[in-house]
Amino acid sequence: MSATGSETKASFEPRIIAFVCNWCTYTGADLAGTSRINMAPNVRIIRLPCTGRIDTTFIIKAFERGADGVIVSGCHPADCHYTAGNYHARRRFALFHDLIEFIGIDPRRVTFSWVSASEGGKWAEIVNDATERVRSLGPFAMYPRQVASSGEQHA
Amino acid sequence: MSRIGVFICHCGENIGRTVDCARVAQSLGELPGVVHAIDYKYMCSDPGQALIKQAIQEKHLDGVVVGACSPHMHEKTFRKAAAAAGMNPFLCEMANLREHCSWIHEDRENATDKAIGLGRFIVEKIKYNHPLSPIFIPVERRALVIGAGIAGIQAALDIADGGCDVVLVEKEPSIGGHMSQLSETFPTLDCSQCILTPRMVEIAQHPRIKLLTYSEVESVEGYIGNFQVKIRKKARSIDDTLCNGCGECQKNCPNSKIPSEFDQGLGKRTAIYVPFPQAVPNIPVIDRANCALFKGRAKGVKKVVCGKCADVCGRKAINYDQQDSFVTENVGAIIVATGYQLYSVGKKQDSELLCGYGEYGYGDIPDVIDGLQFERLASASGPTGGKILRPSDHKEPKTVVFLQCIGSRDPAKGIEYCSKICCMYVAKHAMLYHHKVHGGKAVVFYMDIRAGGKGYDEFVRRAIEENHALYLRGRVSRMYRNGDTIRVHGFDTLSGEPMVIDADMVVLATAMRPQPGIASLAQKLSVSYDQHGFINEAHPKLRPVETNTAGVFVAGACQAPRDIPDSVAMASAAASKVLGLFSKELLEREPLIAHVDTATCAGCFHCERVCPYGAIVRKEIKDGRGRFIKIAAEVNPGVCQGCGTCQATCPSKSVELEGFTDEQIYAAVNAL
Repeated sequence: MSATGSETKASFEPRIIAFVCNWCTYTGADLAGTSRINMAPNVRIIRLPCTGRIDTTFIIKAFERGADGVIVSGCHPADCHYTAGNYHARRRFALFHDLIEFIGIDPRRVTFSWVSASEGGKWAEIVNDATERVRSLGPFAMYPRQVASSGEQHA
Repeated sequence: MSRIGVFICHCGENIGRTVDCARVAQSLGELPGVVHAIDYKYMCSDPGQALIKQAIQEKHLDGVVVGACSPHMHEKTFRKAAAAAGMNPFLCEMANLREHCSWIHEDRENATDKAIGLGRFIVEKIKYNHPLSPIFIPVERRALVIGAGIAGIQAALDIADGGCDVVLVEKEPSIGGHMSQLSETFPTLDCSQCILTPRMVEIAQHPRIKLLTYSEVESVEGYIGNFQVKIRKKARSIDDTLCNGCGECQKNCPNSKIPSEFDQGLGKRTAIYVPFPQAVPNIPVIDRANCALFKGRAKGVKKVVCGKCADVCGRKAINYDQQDSFVTENVGAIIVATGYQLYSVGKKQDSELLCGYGEYGYGDIPDVIDGLQFERLASASGPTGGKILRPSDHKEPKTVVFLQCIGSRDPAKGIEYCSKICCMYVAKHAMLYHHKVHGGKAVVFYMDIRAGGKGYDEFVRRAIEENHALYLRGRVSRMYRNGDTIRVHGFDTLSGEPMVIDADMVVLATAMRPQPGIASLAQKLSVSYDQHGFINEAHPKLRPVETNTAGVFVAGACQAPRDIPDSVAMASAAASKVLGLFSKELLEREPLIAHVDTATCAGCFHCERVCPYGAIVRKEIKDGRGRFIKIAAEVNPGVCQGCGTCQATCPSKSVELEGFTDEQIYAAVNAL
């Protein structure tokens, strides 16, 4: 990687969309606010009733519309407001995870997590970690070029 | 074309300090479809709401976006305001600019940019909102209470006195629960049975209460206002319509050596038995595992081995061939009040997480007993008639050691929570012991004394100061037999001295755990429970007696360790929730539920498989002439809770969840 490349990365502010469930993670993020926990401003939340509602195409759509990263977060296993929605989501994303790379998205850009309504601090950590990780990966549009250049290096 | 109004709240300084609200309003005002955008100091105040109402009417808005606090805080407020101005409330949405923006960022520039972004999401989303009307479902004004301990009894009486019918189900032969086993209750030392039995009798006599004892919930179907509950009435082997409770059968039963569950194994009972003299109903039950006749039948012996109870029963109420029977009850609400069990400190455990206290010799040394056993010893109706006599040789113990926190607050033994009641009942035990055995020495090993409650700390001080209980702060490492006594090796952390005490009896204050079988009951009711098996409340502070399944409530120690006043308070709270629910003929529900487009539904029923509530029904689709076309999915609006798992699962995209349609989510994503 050239010096200019890493420089653009350092100044780059990633745009991250978080698809979260209404009952655990959204409330957990509310708690982070009530507790005044400072975190990176790069993550914007879209509220859904349950992780079970999150269609994998939402994630692809987000990247298509210029997101550099995506967070999906819901209730911990066995803690779902709707009893089992998060289990269906977990199965769905276990399969989806293997497809992300296939369709040309670095899997490190997608964060899956469980954040309960009482875990404001954990939510802040996830936001900060995801922001730093995506920042280090660079803008999403750069991704195909990165693959090409690393391929050349190996050759 | 939309006519959207945007209202940005400063929340005093809470949002305004880090977010440039005027710039947010201006920027969102420039979006296509937005015809009105203002910012104001307090949007939720009366003048703030008036601004929204006025704009709706004057500018003929068809969408309202309020950029303020979390929708969990004020969505209802603003939707109500919109409705008051004649707008459909579901055309009003909130952008969370406080909890998710101003409170967590310091940089004004970044926070303002983010606030604009969050506002855009909602503005674009709301263009695809459409008016929704609430769903009305009829309510069956009849409640089911599961468990007839003090919590269940209180809840049942409150609902019945409120004018609604109650079905009270108890798995044991008698109601009363653990409270009926207690001798006296803290902090007033009034006799437990004296205050409980009148309530038990009230249950039996109440015209609005249907009592089903020796019965268990088999299955639960339906939804709030309309549950169908199948209840298994276990075979008592007695015809309860004939039995008059004379007790002749018990007197004549040849097997009288069975450890009594009511006396915690310290007393004996017969194979046909009433658990205790004040039992409600006063109808015996045959313990088939211990009855000679049933044991003979199980072995295939042709001859009838015994039949003495039937011989002496003047009413011919004994029926050896009785089978379990089932009844189905229609109810509108359910209260779970199944109570607790004590941590078994022996070596055998029912859960891998627990490992018991082998080092304390419980089960091996007869004079090491638990708190409930001590209650039976101290109780006037107990096996010793209220005299404190140790189980091994029925001598009066001169030194009794009480150990607190056995199991509780001990992650190494599998339970990290505090059982809450033990500090209090140990103080009570020390007091009762002092009252009954003059010159006796009570020693208490404790970790901390947690006596929060009205008159509680004074009560513990009384045990220490007036009744001379010796409180030692520390734990006991092991205990073993030493001749006639039990040698207790402990440590007093305040003096820094190891302590060796020769005790005549040791009482373990073991942890409170939920009843066995709580997990399967919770699954039948679709309510969640924590890793210990305690039922989860809907919100720990604001909805303490509701569960996350609408229409199912919780009371007493099945939710967390509770003492009697707490259980009763919870039970009355749950009962008032139920009566509130029953105060309406029709139940209004938010219409944020799924709908199936039967035209495109292919009938794969993946939705049916993933629905946690069984809300998907199969519907025959016919053409205009009544000819069968296909079977398609349909959503039962009373059952659907709106999780949307069906929509994400549907391969043909035939399901839409109101309020979170694909169009709405894509519109928000497109606004990035």
